[in-house]
Amino acid sequence: MERQDYERLRWRCIRRALLELDITLTRFLDDGFDQLTEEEQAVFVDLVALEDHDLWYLISGKTECTDDEAHFAPVVEKLRKCSVRLAN
Amino acid sequence: MSIPVLKFDAVIVGAGGAGLRSAIQLSEAGLKTAVLSKVFPTRSHTVAAQGGVAASLGNSEEDHWHWHMYDTVKGSDWLGDQDAIEFMVRKANECVVELEHYGMPFDRTDDGKIYQRPFGGHMSNFGEKPVRRSCAAADRTGHAMLHAMYQRNVKANTQFFVEWMALDLIRDSEGHVLGVTAMEMETGQVVIFHTRATIFATGGAGRIFYSSTNAFINTGDGLGMAARAGIPLEDMEFWQFHPTGVAGAGVLITEGVRGEGGILRNANKERFMERYAPNAKDLASRDVVSRAMTTEINEGRGCGVNKDYVLLDITHLDPNTIMKRLPGIREIGLQFAGVDCIKEPLPVVPTCHYQMGGIPTHYSGRVVTPQNGDYNTVVPGFYAAGECACASVHGANRLGTNSLLDLLVFGKSAGDSAVEDLKAGKAHRELPKNAAEQSLARIAALDSRKGGANVHETRLAMQRTMQNHAGVFRFGDLLKSGVEKILEVEKAARELEIKDKSMAWNTARTEALEMENLIEVAKATMLSAEARKESRGAHVRDDAPDTPEFPNGRNDAEWLKHTLFNPVDNSISYKPVNMQPLTVEPIALKTRSY
Repeated sequence: MERQDYERLRWRCIRRALLELDITLTRFLDDGFDQLTEEEQAVFVDLVALEDHDLWYLISGKTECTDDEAHFAPVVEKLRKCSVRLAN
Repeated sequence: MSIPVLKFDAVIVGAGGAGLRSAIQLSEAGLKTAVLSKVFPTRSHTVAAQGGVAASLGNSEEDHWHWHMYDTVKGSDWLGDQDAIEFMVRKANECVVELEHYGMPFDRTDDGKIYQRPFGGHMSNFGEKPVRRSCAAADRTGHAMLHAMYQRNVKANTQFFVEWMALDLIRDSEGHVLGVTAMEMETGQVVIFHTRATIFATGGAGRIFYSSTNAFINTGDGLGMAARAGIPLEDMEFWQFHPTGVAGAGVLITEGVRGEGGILRNANKERFMERYAPNAKDLASRDVVSRAMTTEINEGRGCGVNKDYVLLDITHLDPNTIMKRLPGIREIGLQFAGVDCIKEPLPVVPTCHYQMGGIPTHYSGRVVTPQNGDYNTVVPGFYAAGECACASVHGANRLGTNSLLDLLVFGKSAGDSAVEDLKAGKAHRELPKNAAEQSLARIAALDSRKGGANVHETRLAMQRTMQNHAGVFRFGDLLKSGVEKILEVEKAARELEIKDKSMAWNTARTEALEMENLIEVAKATMLSAEARKESRGAHVRDDAPDTPEFPNGRNDAEWLKHTLFNPVDNSISYKPVNMQPLTVEPIALKTRSY
């Protein structure tokens, strides 16, 4: 991913409406994003465009991907498994 | 360097609830209105508000704005201005109904009215019994509110500048506010927004504390800009805390966990609440629990490497009860503490939630400062609303669900006042030649400085200082040393260095600019807290205890007054609390007890 695209994505991950997402997405950028394939990175970009509550419910397991969102599932799974680390 | 100038009638900084509400008033009045936001509007922190919005609609049972007023004054521990509070509660119904007409999907009763649910502190008949006053849209009240208001703004042709950060307030030699400088993140370009009205709706600054429920976006940008422009900040010592946030993360653990049998333990595994509240123990009130937790940590019985948290233990509960009665708690523990609460206790710490103080405003939304003996001299062209402003309706402690009401009522009021002032027909005042100088100098300094302070480390030093020295329970000696420490951190914050010098999407630069705002708020908080030698509302000092002479440690004879922190010389002055409502008798001083 080009630097500019990555930095835009980073901003859209580290400045969310919900603290839960700030922490989870920041952690994932640091620990998981580099290991995604190019295709998965593109999915991640689409995923973070979701509304905050929808995205958080998916990541926290409160909801599952709908049929329309099936392509999100592998990346959501990686987000759920991303190592826990105290954030700030 | 030539800086592009964009001319608007009004610029609103911040696209959360207050910003969107004020923008509707301006755009629908036909004024050319720009809204600047660091993020897409429906990603503002208002989204996180779930509790609802207070209005005495009386849909579920009898209610009255006067009872709502009483609850708000009492909640504020009598520090709220009673004229502003009456104004807010009387406007509540109108604002909620308007919102419904904008398309807000409120929960409804069977007969189609807005459903109202009970909330802590909402009482009927001047504190007699609980009343259902909170209007909500499932658990997405703030989110639904933003959507309804954003769509209304799109219809009204409000012009949004998304992923732009406002940098500095522009004032002329007579003190008039003429707009802001702002940076487009995508290009790094600095632009002047030259306006006739400037409204700040930038939200709170809860990120000054190490443990905060606030999203990372709450960096007090409006307060930082106001402070740099010489505007004093009001009542900054008052911050609302929650007893149990996940240590190191801030994510809230509902108080229901203690209700279901959760036990707080210190490093020795001791159930310490038995010492502080022998009867209620872990079910004691929020402030008692928070104070006990802080005392345990301060006296060295905290847990972890830094001994800076305590444990919330539910391992003795049946796992089925945990899963059934406390949904989501296990996930929060796993995600944010790395702990399975069925097997291990959760690390928790009192956590900052809401900022009561802010930029001083009249209830009309106009920003006011002391001048020539008049405490409420209007700063021409400048308005503020929502958490960044201090009207003051929350005083020393906010009543639940009054935050969404605040941003609706005062967002609208600030918008109306700006419309009224602009309709008076004044043209754009001439921009000073150096209008962008301060912002360009700040950016140039960041780009050129070598050997300066690291942004992340400086932020952490600030947050730890604030948490340890000006947290939920305060100690005279710790506040004193906290002042010294925060002034040291301020020096570092004035000398930040960033490695990335690129123009486009330089998030390191943006975070450094946010840090320059945070430190203004942190300093104002620490110095204001150190100076107030009583306990009141959310400001509770160990050396101002509950005595017969001063119930709850409150000392009205000396301290029934608003703090004004002057950021120019770090001095503090005070202004009287307005005890005179608009149309009713004052709510007389009384000991605040529930």
